[in-house]
Amino acid sequence: MSDIAIEFKDIDKAFMKGDGSRQVILDRVNFAIPAGKTTVIAGGSGQGKSVTLKLILGLMQPDAGQIFVAGNDCTGIRGRALAELRTRFGVLFQGAALFDSLTVFENVALPLRERTKGSEVKIKEQVLASLEQLELLGHEEKFPAQLSGGMKKRVGLARALQLKPEIMLFDEPTTGLDPVMTTEIYHLFARTQKQVGFTAVIVSHDIPKVFNLADQVIVLNNGVMDVFASPEAIQWSEKPHIKEFVKTTMGEIYQSHLVEP
Amino acid sequence: MVQGMRQNSITQLGSFALNVVSDLGRMGLYLLRAVRGCFGRPFRFAEFLRQMNFIGVGSLVVIFFTAASTGMVLGLQGYYSLNKFGAEGMLGSAVALTLIMELGPVLTALMVAGRAGSAMCAELGIMRISEQLDALDCMAVDPFRYLISPKFLAALISVPLLTVVFDVVGIAGGYIAGVHLMGVSPGSYYDGMRSSVTNHDIWLGVVKSFVFGLLVVWICTGRGYFVHQIRGVGFGAQSVSKVTTQAVVFSSISVLVFDYLLTAVLL
Ligand SMILES: Nc1ncnc2c1ncn2[C@@H]1O[C@H](COP(=O)(O)OP(=O)(O)OP(=O)(O)O)[C@@H](O)[C@H]1O
Ligand SMILES: [Mg+2]
Repeated sequence: MSDIAIEFKDIDKAFMKGDGSRQVILDRVNFAIPAGKTTVIAGGSGQGKSVTLKLILGLMQPDAGQIFVAGNDCTGIRGRALAELRTRFGVLFQGAALFDSLTVFENVALPLRERTKGSEVKIKEQVLASLEQLELLGHEEKFPAQLSGGMKKRVGLARALQLKPEIMLFDEPTTGLDPVMTTEIYHLFARTQKQVGFTAVIVSHDIPKVFNLADQVIVLNNGVMDVFASPEAIQWSEKPHIKEFVKTTMGEIYQSHLVEP
Repeated sequence: MVQGMRQNSITQLGSFALNVVSDLGRMGLYLLRAVRGCFGRPFRFAEFLRQMNFIGVGSLVVIFFTAASTGMVLGLQGYYSLNKFGAEGMLGSAVALTLIMELGPVLTALMVAGRAGSAMCAELGIMRISEQLDALDCMAVDPFRYLISPKFLAALISVPLLTVVFDVVGIAGGYIAGVHLMGVSPGSYYDGMRSSVTNHDIWLGVVKSFVFGLLVVWICTGRGYFVHQIRGVGFGAQSVSKVTTQAVVFSSISVLVFDYLLTAVLL
């Protein structure tokens, strides 16, 4: 396995707006996501973080540029090759995307039933164990429409983790969760990553808390991505918009060393 | 000014034509994938049974009432017309042929489109806009094998069966109206029917119902599946509701068009 899990090369992505003008989301973006590490993608609302994840998954196509997964060019692949590629990924969608005609249990069990040959007894064991981890025990017979927003997120998380994929993409895993649950989830990430060794890409607004997990941080702003080798490195950046970002998201705590005594 | 307008309308016509062509291309590929999914292993028996129950068993009541009323009206109407020529003896044959070759397949398909087709379209449309279909894709679970092909199989089997039910109930309705109400002799109703309905007529009815079933399930599920790519229907809940209406209208119209074509070719 190469040590780069995902790589974007000169990726352009724009959308047509209703009035015919172009809205540029990604402008010649380059970045690499190291394998087995955790990368956090941060940036304001509507900057294109979810779009970036969809590009990785092949749910959207870039206008120009190339996307590599584990060293292979995966730009524009489709059909069987795309299905093959997706077996490497586990995904938590921003809106959880639970199957609303299936119960919580069936949702979480679906990837196991469809993609593994394990017995029903074993599947049940595994699903209940991960529901317990996410404090969802006792809710397994409910349908998604009967869950709170945070519970949906957790069910989506449980479903995404079932197959122990190589690469995990999380779109705002902790939005809508209380602080205790958030910390709990981050511990879960750290634990599972240690066990499974997956590459994690986390899109999050939960800054600075999520930085405790991060090996690498990418900040997306106005179509440009700035890559930082560590969360600390962000604070040393001289770029004005990064300084602004640090000031507004991390506030005084992280700035304190700059203040004259 | 005039030239500008002309150019504008030509551009519009061009983009409309392009839309239609790409729509047809998409739907063609969709059909291929759905048919291929029917042969995938393992066979999804539980989902297939669920769909048979929904499309087939669930439509029995509406099919029964439509057929009974159609048959009885045919009995009365047929008696009225045939009586003018003193040919009431032909009533059985007239009712049976009309039902088996025309009204049975067509009305069954229209009822299924309105009842089950709209529901299937809305179901897939909602799954599309709430990213459930994307989620399936991302789990590398083929949505065709998992969701769509079982609907195709169930429709292809249950629409012809429902048509048979329609024909039988309709013929019985015609019997009640003609024999019990209008006093045609029971023997002549049966004999007329038996002597005039040939295997070819029954075969034509079966072929029609099979084709109509395919049209309904293809158009209805396809519209829902592609709700995000169909232009001019808006977004979100509104797009699903518009596309569902479209699905019922388009599938009904194509059933009527194919009814004519099949009759012209196969009669
Ligand atoms: N299918 C689409 N068609 C047109 N525009 C789109 C589409 N999807 C996203 N966009 C636009 O792309 C931009 C980025 O969207 P995206 O969902 O990636 O934002 P985000 O960074 O994930 O924001 P948030 O933090 O609020 O989730 C938005 O302005 C959005 O309007
Ligand atoms: Mg987003």
